[in-house]
Amino acid sequence: MAYITFRGIDFRYGAQGPLIIRGFHLDLRRGEFFALVGPSGCGKTTILNVLAGFETPTAGEVLVDQQPVRGPQRDRIVIFQEPDSLYPWLTALENVQFPLRVLGVGRSERRARAEHALRLVGLQGHEGKHPAHLSGGMKQRVQLARALVLEAPVLLMDEPFGALDAQTRLILQEELTQIAVRTQRTILFITHDIHEAIFLADRIGVMTAGPESTIKKIVEVELPRPRARGSAAFGELYEETHQILSEEVRRVLRGEDSLL
Amino acid sequence: MTPTGEGRSIRFLGYAASVAVVLLLWQYLSSRAIIPLLFPSPLSTLRVGLGLAAKGQLQADLWASLARILAGFALGSALGVTGGILMGSFRPARLFFEPYLQLLRFLPALAWIPAVMLWLGTGERAKIALLAYTTVFIVALNTMVGVTRVPRNQVRAARSFGAMRGKIFFLVTIPATVGYMLAGMRLAMGNCFMTVVAAELVASDSGLGYLIFSSRQWMQTELAFVGIFVLGLLGLTADHVFQATSSWLLWRYDGASRGRPTQ
Repeated sequence: MAYITFRGIDFRYGAQGPLIIRGFHLDLRRGEFFALVGPSGCGKTTILNVLAGFETPTAGEVLVDQQPVRGPQRDRIVIFQEPDSLYPWLTALENVQFPLRVLGVGRSERRARAEHALRLVGLQGHEGKHPAHLSGGMKQRVQLARALVLEAPVLLMDEPFGALDAQTRLILQEELTQIAVRTQRTILFITHDIHEAIFLADRIGVMTAGPESTIKKIVEVELPRPRARGSAAFGELYEETHQILSEEVRRVLRGEDSLL
Repeated sequence: MTPTGEGRSIRFLGYAASVAVVLLLWQYLSSRAIIPLLFPSPLSTLRVGLGLAAKGQLQADLWASLARILAGFALGSALGVTGGILMGSFRPARLFFEPYLQLLRFLPALAWIPAVMLWLGTGERAKIALLAYTTVFIVALNTMVGVTRVPRNQVRAARSFGAMRGKIFFLVTIPATVGYMLAGMRLAMGNCFMTVVAAELVASDSGLGYLIFSSRQWMQTELAFVGIFVLGLLGLTADHVFQATSSWLLWRYDGASRGRPTQ
């Protein structure tokens, strides 16, 4: 049975705005790592925001564990692309403690759990640093630790490594794979990078070009972990996904050309 | 010598050279003045200043002005922060108050002196009201802007952790706005020093503004120079004390100070 269900989601901004998403259906299994790829502006982040409860769909509904999504909940934590969701006046440790502080967890338990989460993402020794003194990759790790500390069953990751350099990105992808396997969270991961999607996900949903975009095809990634990026099977999956995605990207480009 | 120490020495020498040049120029110009009474030299100004200090009058005027500034600044800041938070947080409050804020911030306290004297008399209340007036709008505007510029993802993250409006307000909005409040207060403090002179020019018998104004009566231009000089020094000191205190107490909330290492 599906753990998360998007049922016929339509979405437009405002009453008169263009329909960005139309008839979006998707089922996610519990503990699954699902990557969503698609051309720029197709509404990937909108889908994530609808599941997070930040946006209300124009039509359709989202169910998490058979309960309709009515707003943000601490069972679905978002890791944003830009680490500006971290609180710059708090240290890394205090940022990770923040959700527990909101919940009213006692000081010593809060600290112990936050330290454990920071260790899990490899940030021991940096607890007292403020975000201004952390690198982009470290800030994303703090975001991840802050999501893990709540033990939320669902993580929503909106291009979390998009702004990082290539090397840091590869390292964090490997660490995220380990964390995902170890903690068995259900993860919806938005990315532009097909390599990243194949390396991380159990399934990849390719979206059509907007407006009125929806899921075009779901690619099953049945490769054993850890995945070898240079393997033949990896390459085949890349070709398959790239072909589906590039048709949609060409549609976008043709649309832009016709406007010129 | 460390590079920082060397940098400090160079800066000190630069300031010292600048002060020395200006003092020499001042001395030269006053010696060339047709009527020396109208343009006293730095030495005669210093002499008069020391004389006033020996009698205790300079200190009394300084404390009188400073007390007024602190009272008006504190009152204006409290009102400005409260108003700014209200306008930034609640759209109806913003729609109602913002036109007045935008209009009144262009009207100097000077323009209100006659009306305030009529309403509040010529005592301390009127002067403090004028100083609060000159503070409130700039602090309110900065605070309002700060509240509206809290990064959306910070609020969204807090919401997804289960924080309701009250917790978001106290744990996110207020800390994220402190830097804006402090910037507004610092600007407002400068305005207070300008306004105190105007407030003390009219119906006052103490304060640095009164000292400056009374020099005309006795044809003692040195008094005006002493008043101006001491007021400038007081403003500079107040600005440094404000900056040092706020960055010591609130450095983690102040965007400008976030570069300070924490471990």
